[in-house]
Amino acid sequence: MDSIKIVLCGAAVNKALHVFHSLSQMQFMLLFSRQGKLRLQKWYVPLSDKEKKKITRELVQTVLARKPKMCSFLEWRDLKIVYKRYASLYFCCAIEDQDNELITLEIIHRYVELLDKYFGSVCELDIIFNFEKAYFILDEFLLGGEAQETSKKNVLKAIEQADLLQEEAETPRSVLEEIGLT
Amino acid sequence: MAPSSVKLQELIRVIRTAKTQAEERGMIQKECADIRSAFRDEDPAFRCRNVAKLLYMHMLGYPAHFGQMECLKLIASPRFTDKRVGYLGAMLLLDERHDASLLITNSIKNDLNHSSQYIQGLALCTLGCMGSPEMCRDLATEVERLLKASNSYIKKKAALAAVHIVRKVPELIELFIPATKRLLGEKNHGVLHGTVILITEMCERSPDTLRKYRKVVPELVQIMKGLIMSGYSPEHNVAGISDPFLQVRILCLLRILGHHDGDASEAMNDILAQVATNTDTSKNAGNAILYETVLTIMDIRSESGLRVLAVNILGRFLLNNDKNIRYIAMMSLLKMVQTDHNAVQRHRGTIVDCLKDTDASVKRKALDLSLALVNAHNVRSMMKELLPFLDNCPPELRSDCASGVFLAAEKFAPSKRWHIDTILRVLTTAGSFVRDETVPNLIVLITNASELYCYTVHKLYRAVLNDISQQPLVQVASWCIGEYGDLLLTGVCEDVEPMQVTEDEVLDVLETLLQSHMSSPATRAYALTALMKLSTRIRDNVDRIRKVVSIYGSCIDVELQQRAVEYNALFKKYDHMRSAVLERMPLMEKGSPNHNDQSALISNGEREGGGETQGGVKLQPPVASQTMDLLDLIGVPDASLPEALPQPLSQPLTGQTGIESSVGGELLDLLGGIDFGGIPSITAYNKNGLSLEFSFQREQGSLLTITLQARNSTASDMTEFIFQAAVPKTVQLQLQAPSGDVVPAMNRGSVSQSILINNPNRVALKMRLRLSYSVQGSSVQDVAEVSNFPAQAWQ
Repeated sequence: MDSIKIVLCGAAVNKALHVFHSLSQMQFMLLFSRQGKLRLQKWYVPLSDKEKKKITRELVQTVLARKPKMCSFLEWRDLKIVYKRYASLYFCCAIEDQDNELITLEIIHRYVELLDKYFGSVCELDIIFNFEKAYFILDEFLLGGEAQETSKKNVLKAIEQADLLQEEAETPRSVLEEIGLT
Repeated sequence: MAPSSVKLQELIRVIRTAKTQAEERGMIQKECADIRSAFRDEDPAFRCRNVAKLLYMHMLGYPAHFGQMECLKLIASPRFTDKRVGYLGAMLLLDERHDASLLITNSIKNDLNHSSQYIQGLALCTLGCMGSPEMCRDLATEVERLLKASNSYIKKKAALAAVHIVRKVPELIELFIPATKRLLGEKNHGVLHGTVILITEMCERSPDTLRKYRKVVPELVQIMKGLIMSGYSPEHNVAGISDPFLQVRILCLLRILGHHDGDASEAMNDILAQVATNTDTSKNAGNAILYETVLTIMDIRSESGLRVLAVNILGRFLLNNDKNIRYIAMMSLLKMVQTDHNAVQRHRGTIVDCLKDTDASVKRKALDLSLALVNAHNVRSMMKELLPFLDNCPPELRSDCASGVFLAAEKFAPSKRWHIDTILRVLTTAGSFVRDETVPNLIVLITNASELYCYTVHKLYRAVLNDISQQPLVQVASWCIGEYGDLLLTGVCEDVEPMQVTEDEVLDVLETLLQSHMSSPATRAYALTALMKLSTRIRDNVDRIRKVVSIYGSCIDVELQQRAVEYNALFKKYDHMRSAVLERMPLMEKGSPNHNDQSALISNGEREGGGETQGGVKLQPPVASQTMDLLDLIGVPDASLPEALPQPLSQPLTGQTGIESSVGGELLDLLGGIDFGGIPSITAYNKNGLSLEFSFQREQGSLLTITLQARNSTASDMTEFIFQAAVPKTVQLQLQAPSGDVVPAMNRGSVSQSILINNPNRVALKMRLRLSYSVQGSSVQDVAEVSNFPAQAWQ
């Protein structure tokens, strides 16, 4: 395979964050409560724990300071932030310069719909007590920051099947446990 | 017997009952200890649950690195639940920078070949989220193979894993090209979506690949057509639109393929027009598609009709009820205001209306856009909108708006009178938000409109009668009252209501400014100097001025005290020179509002300071210079020197403060210039009869004072002598006011000037000089380097 010299147009190293920018990518998604408590964090770019904490802290502060009537988009550092509040939870995505903010709002909305269908009228407590499921659902909807499935039905079906697989794997064990054989 | 393990949800419940941070920390520590010992015991039974608990605590902000290896073990386990949690843990706790991440490569490789598609899915997802370049190289062929699988579930995930691989290792682009061509023919939307993204990433990174993919434009157009024309498809429907996610992605790819290519652009022209006209705009999904369409139209070689269509879409967006849409429209218009200026101008009315929008972000964009749209034709009507906006806009926008208005006025003012009126309006309404460097700029502007002195001073006087709280306004007003006080008192000016102003009234105003606690120190300095100037412009109340000046001779503010003392001296010993010293200022050069123009030559580290000094130098030379000459002639001055030491360089310079402080500084420098045995002086420049001698005095730390003496050995005087200097980047320089601008012929005298240097890094001192002067009617300019500074000056 010949090596190809590629010029990454627009690639820049953000010295403060040590993040390489492509041209259009979701860099991370955060879910947090109105008190600023983190409920889910999905990072699609490699950052140290320290950097993640710093970004989270600052961004949460910035978003929580916004008044209800303000628009869902803001420019923060060199990223575009798209956020929307659903009940007591803020859904916040960081996208890059070339990304489409309006479709990102649709992505957020789709994820909320998925959670809602899965948990049946989802509320913050569902996400708190079943955070790993919230991740599983997200990972069935987005991959590498991009939507992998645009049909709501298909995502839910896949989750359902995976949950079944999990139960099948677990049930035999608990039976054995019950009869004291482990 | 291992301690019984707390269930995940139970742990969460318990932790949430903690009332304090300390209590929570205690619980977490206890649980972590239990988990650690369970890990040590290598018991697989509860490993999955323990890692899940660890992940919860990690989200709360507690360290969880000791769980990394356990994730690896879970991933290697045959149980689905283990793998699910293990991969989740890997994505949360590991990233490509950890060495441990490489260890999962083998597991991923195995799982990519697993019989269960859900396990394959887990592996692909993890690779696509946190795969390092090494992992990507190792697993690329596996992923490529999966792109050709028969299973859509796998194909769509493989496509996005390939996207990640291509982002990390662009050299692998070639590997994926064959498979994508086939994938574009798929019916499954998930697969199509992933494929379009993959092709997009490849084209963005490789111009060669981009060229190859131009031929799929017709196929993409077909897919779009299918999406738009298809009937209601419940599976992919969002608000009546079929798969907006896929449509947006295809439009984005079309943009990249059509950019700079006429043929490709033409092939997509129709579909773009169709999407632009037929997409339902009532919901966000439709608007997302329209937005992407507009971006595409503007970025390819589209016909002008299509471009107009795009700009009109944005114009309609501006009227949308949804503030998000209005914001997007503003941003897009701002991006195209340079390239499609006329098209955007057509929507100027709507844009200007958005200045009244309720949303602050929209307002801000509307301001930026409005300022970008001001031109010579619309400047008057635009100002009619922008000035009221300035009155009412949120405080965070005021200073940008004021600056923008000044810039626009400077560029497009239809008349000097209009220009000055506009400036006055801004100063009176948003005076405290105006940037400090505006004051000297405005003064220069005013002096250059000589026919309007009377008008200007009257207007400023009236403004100050109303309100003395806005410092920039008060400063400009004081300066003008001082300079043109005589015109104020004669009372006659056509465009202003006649108003009889008495000397007492004017002096009252200035004294009020001096005494008011609202006045900043800089303002008081302006007021005092203005008072002094009036002493030669009024007839009856000179004594009053004399009294005020002498009172301030013992003012606590060192700055004012210094000035007052010098003005006192002017009254006492040098009264015969007073009218010459205080006469009308000469016309000044128009400095640009953007000091960067000059900064290549004149730098003093901080740009702000540089600007101030430059402005300051130009403002006060006659006053300071005459004073300095006097003191020069007599050697040691009579007036007792104030306590003032040379001001530290870190003091921000505003208006004349820097200059006035220099007067005292210079006095000391003159004394200091007498070589106190230390650093030898150098001849920095000697050409065409002009010679510059530098003498040095080290101050504390890294501060150095250079006193330059300029001498002229030719037969004619060198007039309008200006000295400018630049120093290396890490060195800071501050030029004080020169003693004058005439270097007398035949070495009969000299011009001296102080240069304050701060060289914290103790770099070798170098200086570039720029000199300009006039001799025998012709002007001379020269640039020279000085590199013979003695080592003691900087070491």
